[in-house]
Amino acid sequence: MSPTHFERAAEATPPMLAKKIRGLSDRAIAWIFVAPTIFLLLAINIFPLIWTIRLSFTNFRVNRPNAEVQFVGLDNYRRILSDSDIWLTMQTTAHFLIWTILLQVLIGFSLAYLINKKFRGNDLWTTIIVFPMMLSPAVVGNFWTFLYQPQIGLFNYVVGFLTHTDPSSFSMIGDVNLAPWAIVIVDTWMWTPFVMLICLAGLRSIPGSIYEAAECDRASKWRQFWTITLPMVLPFLMLAVLFRGIENFKMFDLVVQLTGGGPGSITELTSINLKREAFEKWRTGYSSAYAVILFVTVFGLASIYVKALNKVKER
Amino acid sequence: MKKKLFNSAAAIGLLFGISAFGATGAQAADLTLCWAAWDPANALVELSKDFEAKSGNKMKFEFVPWPNFADRMLNELNSGGKLCDLLIGDSQWIGGAAENKQYVKLNDFFDKNGISMKDFIPATVTGYAEWPKNTPNYWALPAFGDVVGWTYRKDWFAKPELQAEFKKKYNRDLAVPKSLDELKDIATFFQGRDIDGKKVYGAAIYTERGSEGITMGAMNALYNFGFQYDNPAKPYELEGFVNSEGAVKGLEFYKSLYDCCTPPGASDWYMSQNIDAYKSGQVAMQMNFAFIWPGVNADANVGGDKSGYFPMPAGPGGHFAQLGGQGISVVANSAHQEEALAYIKWFAQKDVQSKWWTLGGYSALSSVVNDPSFATSQPYAQTFLDSMAIVKDFWAEPSYASLMQATQKRFHDYVVAGKGTAKEAMDGLVADWTKVFKDEGKM
Repeated sequence: MSPTHFERAAEATPPMLAKKIRGLSDRAIAWIFVAPTIFLLLAINIFPLIWTIRLSFTNFRVNRPNAEVQFVGLDNYRRILSDSDIWLTMQTTAHFLIWTILLQVLIGFSLAYLINKKFRGNDLWTTIIVFPMMLSPAVVGNFWTFLYQPQIGLFNYVVGFLTHTDPSSFSMIGDVNLAPWAIVIVDTWMWTPFVMLICLAGLRSIPGSIYEAAECDRASKWRQFWTITLPMVLPFLMLAVLFRGIENFKMFDLVVQLTGGGPGSITELTSINLKREAFEKWRTGYSSAYAVILFVTVFGLASIYVKALNKVKER
Repeated sequence: MKKKLFNSAAAIGLLFGISAFGATGAQAADLTLCWAAWDPANALVELSKDFEAKSGNKMKFEFVPWPNFADRMLNELNSGGKLCDLLIGDSQWIGGAAENKQYVKLNDFFDKNGISMKDFIPATVTGYAEWPKNTPNYWALPAFGDVVGWTYRKDWFAKPELQAEFKKKYNRDLAVPKSLDELKDIATFFQGRDIDGKKVYGAAIYTERGSEGITMGAMNALYNFGFQYDNPAKPYELEGFVNSEGAVKGLEFYKSLYDCCTPPGASDWYMSQNIDAYKSGQVAMQMNFAFIWPGVNADANVGGDKSGYFPMPAGPGGHFAQLGGQGISVVANSAHQEEALAYIKWFAQKDVQSKWWTLGGYSALSSVVNDPSFATSQPYAQTFLDSMAIVKDFWAEPSYASLMQATQKRFHDYVVAGKGTAKEAMDGLVADWTKVFKDEGKM
């Protein structure tokens, strides 16, 4: 019998090295394999996080390399949490988050429910629906500014046509009342397919036998939906909400392209505000504290949510 | 044998040739010049070919679109990057770049090479080169004079039926406005009017939120209604100057101009959007920096006799216009400072500056702009001269970005979003600026 690859590799290993490897425990070998990843993780994620926390207690400004860096204790945190403008951006973010998630879940689930039915052209429709999420957010933001253009924009034209109003009589991104909805609409257009795909995976994981059993028990479609479909898709739906929640909490590019945070500060999300503090005003210490607060908020909320998700899955 | 000898000689010759070329290459340097991506940058590329031919240095260019220009370049300076050897940075960066030693101080170089700041338009020296202001400490050579002014549709203004209607309504000729009130009357007159079968609007003004747009626009109105950055007798005293009655009225005026006379959707417009609106025949007038004028003049749709130019009209509190433009500086981190300084020396020459003007760059050299032929050399040349005589600039403090962002927010909140009153906006601005200056230890 010819030797296997492993045997050949063992024979080819120099005796000194083979001796050394033989002396290592399984745990040590595992560490050798994992070490590069851990090193990268520490260098790219953990170190910057610790450094950011450290900076958050100082008055450091990256554009003042010669200035003395002073320890300011919790001063940055106190200033941020008592700043009414920052609370306003938090409210704006919450509005954006709640409405986008609500709409994306409703529409995404409905689309998944429809796509899950067998019909002609099913695959084609799935591809068409999924198309927006394949685009870059910056590109989407840019071309929606044209769609929202009051004089030539398709969106205004369609709304004008349907409501018999002058298309140039309203400006989606220039009006304080409409702009928050303008960003919600675009995000919903772009990311509903993502929610749909996750829901579709959930729907397709439900065994057909359960529905057959329900049919035998003469359960109505409505009853089947409430007692079989929805409970079994719920963990998938919650996962989609988690992903979209985290993504939209740090939403930046799409909104910057669409409104730049305006008009005024009506659509200024926390991420945009943070970017302005960090890279336009160059208040590095202050913006580090701001980033830490946002990190703790997202991490805390996500942890609570994951616990709830696990409970749902256990049922 | 003969052939072998010939081959060997050729090989040695080639080797020497390569070595010699290598040696020349080592002497010449690749210089990178960073600036904004706009029409004048293209003119500079053309102009710099002469420098390349003369010096043997190869010029590379890094041009960044205006909305990202400050972000990108300040990031470069603050991170100690080596991308740029020469930087044509915005006038307001001079304080920070000087205090943080990001630019090379040019006084000794100017003295050694006989470059005198007295040879340049005084406003550009103060605006683009000096820090601290009004002291002979130079960190840049004035490179591109620029100022906010107006472009208007001369052909529309000349239409007899519009002339007659305007005269009947306002009891004066439809002509270049001499005051801000007249400007608003004209904008109102054109708003929503049908011209050549197309609905047109009064004026395109700066309303951009993200970088500096609305500030660069609204400040023109504020200056001309009496706004001052601080107490001229006591620096950094803001109360009563920034939020003076005139300043409040100036901001109210700008909002009224935005409300009455801009095209729908003009809520986040800056240079390029205003150009687009004007060139596509949407507006009768556009506010914009003078750099656009060569492009307008050459435009197939609105160029030539169809367009005219006028400086920012006066207001009840004075006659000023927002300064634009930039100076050219040597980046302290550059590995090619000698070559970069040689570029500045070359650029400061009169014949180069004259060519700069002919290519579409706005020279700040007095001998060029004061030349008797200058005012008639282009249809916009006289307007440029008139405008440069009335300039005023935003803060150039090291904390300019914080001051700018606060202004952007307050102005956009009031003018575009209609939040609160002008008085509240200006009082808020005093509070914001005070906070910044206190943090800086200047108050």
